[in-house]
Amino acid sequence: MSTTTFSVTVRVWRQPGPGQPGRFVEYPVGGVNPDMSFLEMLDVLNDGLTRSGDEPVAFAHDCREGICGTCSLVIDGKPHGPHHGVASCQTYMRSYKEGDVIVVEPFRARPFPVIKDLVTDRSAFDRIQQAGGFISARTGSAPEANSVPVPKEVADLAMDAAQCIGCGACVAACKNSSAMLFVAAKVSHLGLLPQGQPERDKRVLAMVSTMDGLGFGSCTNQYECSAACPKLISHDFIARMNRDYAKAVFRSAFRPVAAGAGD
Amino acid sequence: MDLVRNLFCSSIGRKLVMAVTGVVLIGFVAGHLVGNLQVFESPDRINGYAHFLQSLGPALWFARMFLLACVGLHIWAATVLTLESQGARGDEPYRVKRWISATFASRYMRGTGYVVLAFILYHLAHFTVGLAQPASFKENIAHYVMKGDYHVLGVTVTAAGTEVLDVRTMMIRGFGSPFVSIFYIVAVGLLSLHLLHGAESLFQTLGWRNRRWEGGLRAAVTLLCAAYFLGNLAIPGGVLLGVLR
Ligand code: FES
Repeated sequence: MSTTTFSVTVRVWRQPGPGQPGRFVEYPVGGVNPDMSFLEMLDVLNDGLTRSGDEPVAFAHDCREGICGTCSLVIDGKPHGPHHGVASCQTYMRSYKEGDVIVVEPFRARPFPVIKDLVTDRSAFDRIQQAGGFISARTGSAPEANSVPVPKEVADLAMDAAQCIGCGACVAACKNSSAMLFVAAKVSHLGLLPQGQPERDKRVLAMVSTMDGLGFGSCTNQYECSAACPKLISHDFIARMNRDYAKAVFRSAFRPVAAGAGD
Repeated sequence: MDLVRNLFCSSIGRKLVMAVTGVVLIGFVAGHLVGNLQVFESPDRINGYAHFLQSLGPALWFARMFLLACVGLHIWAATVLTLESQGARGDEPYRVKRWISATFASRYMRGTGYVVLAFILYHLAHFTVGLAQPASFKENIAHYVMKGDYHVLGVTVTAAGTEVLDVRTMMIRGFGSPFVSIFYIVAVGLLSLHLLHGAESLFQTLGWRNRRWEGGLRAAVTLLCAAYFLGNLAIPGGVLLGVLR
């Protein structure tokens, strides 16, 4: 059985290095199989470029099964391509047809500088995580199962938030380049569980302040982020983070100060 | 001092400032409309009401200053957040930009906000200070003598026989100019659009919106904004159609 292949044109952002000027370059890609993923189509393009002695297009990828959050393309104006709830690596060429012109851009945000072509440095997310995305519970040996009971609905909700793969599509989709969906997911997945309670206030204050310091914008409640999220993280978590933040601000301001405290 | 810093110097803090001042301002515009709709009743009502508000003295000034502070904070938060967000994209914009889920009203908040600000300034110049149409300004036209008492919560606040400013005639003459009326109608239309996003959005910012009742919230906000627009349309519209004389 033979599959008919087709050709498309990709208009790709090429940038030799960080801080250097870039431009769009158009490449025809022939022999596209509808069962190829979008990234495999770029592999075909790069194969041709390499054979002809040109520099292949740099793009980030790792698992290619939608779980690592490394792939990061803005395809025709939408992060991760035309579909709902999938990453670029799970976008298939059957969504395109002969003659299509596809514009491929890197995620754009000041805190995500372009390293090369379509690859961006998203370590800003790691810094937000380091500011509060952890718990201090003892994790020595596996505790007795069910020693800390967690209601089913709470566990489900925490799992929904924990689905975040940290790809940055929320930032790329937001007109304000806001990271609030990412931060909300991280704040909520720990803040919902009993193990995450001790640092709950500190966590939201620290993560939000780190997010602000890194230069992300702020949410205008238009929910482009959750619509572009490959894991369909709900913007309900942003509401929850806002509430958590407001509570933490007041609780931390009116908490008694310990005798030994420096201030 | 952490409290002040967290509220005024952080992204979520400033959003909270925006939401809370928004609640105050929504309360004000709603009350203002309900008060003004008394123009459709006997002249005693709106003129007695206006006289009562004027007679509050320091309380009136306190309310005015409070509202002014809310407007100022609302605009300040919007400006700072917008500038920061614009800077966050970086130097290279997207070549292709597509909206996925943002509502129509939410995309024009800045534009509708500018019109609302211009409208507030004109409205104050028109009916509070008397710069816009001095000939029909309340201080420059014949006073009105109350025919009956005007009560608030059963207490007479403006007694029959009191000579008061004729606010009703000022409104009717003011809206007699089609230009003024149409400007008011367009401005309150855009204000209603501003509220359509704002009134829903504030629930998200305060953390009170979720998937369970977002449909109901959106329907309620849409209904209230439509009612607000129609109520505001009624006054200049009534004058233009000759219903209000
Ligand atoms: S490459 Fe891992 S999610 Fe796409």
